[in-house]
Amino acid sequence: MTEAASCRPPDSVLKTCGLSMVFGGLVALDRVDLTVERHSITALIGPNGAGKTTLFNCLTGIYPPTRGSITFESGDGRKISLKGLAPDRVTLLGLARTFQNIRLFSNLTVLENVLIGCHGRMRAGLLGALFRDKKTRAEEKAFIDFSYDLLVRYGLKASVNELAKNLAYGAQRRLEIVRALATGPKLLLLDEPAAGLNINETNELRELIETIRTSENLSILLIEHDMNLVMNVSHVIYVMDYGKLIAVGPPNEIRRNPAVIKAYLGEE
Amino acid sequence: MDFFLSLFMSGLTKGSIYALIALGYTMVYGIIALINFAHGEIYMIGAFTALIFSMLLGGPAVGMSGWTLLLTVAALSALYAAMYGWTMEKIAYQPLRGASRLAPLISAIGMSIFLQNYVQLVQTPNFLVFPDLIPQIDLPAAVAKAINRTHLVILIVTAVAMVALTVFIKFTRMGMAMRAVAQDPIMARLSGVKLDRVISVTFVIGSVLAALGGLLIGCSMRQIDFYIGFLAGMKAFTAAVLGGIGSIPGAVIGALILGFAESFAAGYISSSYKDMVAFIILIIILTLKPGGIFGTSQTQKV
Repeated sequence: MTEAASCRPPDSVLKTCGLSMVFGGLVALDRVDLTVERHSITALIGPNGAGKTTLFNCLTGIYPPTRGSITFESGDGRKISLKGLAPDRVTLLGLARTFQNIRLFSNLTVLENVLIGCHGRMRAGLLGALFRDKKTRAEEKAFIDFSYDLLVRYGLKASVNELAKNLAYGAQRRLEIVRALATGPKLLLLDEPAAGLNINETNELRELIETIRTSENLSILLIEHDMNLVMNVSHVIYVMDYGKLIAVGPPNEIRRNPAVIKAYLGEE
Repeated sequence: MDFFLSLFMSGLTKGSIYALIALGYTMVYGIIALINFAHGEIYMIGAFTALIFSMLLGGPAVGMSGWTLLLTVAALSALYAAMYGWTMEKIAYQPLRGASRLAPLISAIGMSIFLQNYVQLVQTPNFLVFPDLIPQIDLPAAVAKAINRTHLVILIVTAVAMVALTVFIKFTRMGMAMRAVAQDPIMARLSGVKLDRVISVTFVIGSVLAALGGLLIGCSMRQIDFYIGFLAGMKAFTAAVLGGIGSIPGAVIGALILGFAESFAAGYISSSYKDMVAFIILIIILTLKPGGIFGTSQTQKV
């Protein structure tokens, strides 16, 4: 490694610059500059309607942002602009997400849900799919094994062949995360993963998030309302209100930040 | 009794052909919520390509005959129709992805008119005689009394196509991706499913099935013209709605109901009323079950 590279500030996996999203007259995102450091857990908090999910939608290609840039650095040194890319392209570059209202393929089995996550990485084309040559079958087997391993590792082994809709709520949340992992992400976006979980499940989730970060070697950007969880897992917290970032910092700073307290509790 | 049996058989074969076309409607609707009005034209083009290839290959220059001829013609017209279906999607629908839902619908109607006129210009507006491609089969006398060889081949081809399609959708990874896209296209894309490829495959499969239908209707009616796609397309679309659009078993059941209704109405009432009976059944079923027989009336997510 060269001198210059080693003394760079810690490198980032995602950087947005002046990102804005305007719906008609409504400014949902107003010049958002956000950086996710590699291997960090970064949290995004803010009152309802602050624009957190809109930001996720812009990052993952569901909405094309009105202005600003999104730069993704997958780890091989290439900087890729995500602006204007379709959702499947973004996912295949290494950015996966979950939703606050669970969006599993409810009529597919648990294993199939995870296999869908592998789908974009399979090489075999249409002819392979139709005629099922040796190479295609070997590839399919490899991805089935990979998906099965993921499910075993994250505690869903018992329900591999069940339909996703028959899982308990907590397990569905878990499955959604596993499906996102199956796409091979470098950055995982979690949108309110603790919503609807009880205290025990939330604690399990916290462990899960930390395990994922270390064992899958990725970075996490987390939207969450459960302050306990946020303060415990995140390295950096961004606070949004009315489409703007109003504060950035480590958890203990954010806890005391007057602007944040005002946004959450209202003015005295 | 003989009369009933012959009506039953004709309803069954008619229903089978409708089913082959209806599957294309219902699959495309399931994947991208588009009524592909040009789908009937693919069936018509399948019939015409089958006619052209059977003339070329069955003529003295090549001299194919029997099952070889039938299977080669089937494969070639399926391939040809698949290319038409694929190209149609790329030209008329893909650029409109993300546009309002009316835009691709208008585009589909335009595509339908274009293809009809194109075939009319190239192949003349007249009815063309379709050769009898089904080879002689020695059926046992009891079977031969109930069904002729053409109907038998139609039933077998349709049954095999349905089973193959079901297996494809249930057990292959592309089929799995199709089911995922049908449930939640955005989430499927966010899981890395290449939506454009899934849509292309859907059009190709639908076109192959329609082309088989076209070939079989040629063999059965022994004449085709550029307009057959319009009427058959309308009927198949009706069948798909009847069964619950988006549902594959629904398309088959709907098509069979329609086939039987037409056939029995033509036999016991009058052939001028057969369409009326078919549509009365459609209205009754949709009044009782607005989503169709296998359809689920969905609650709109807000």
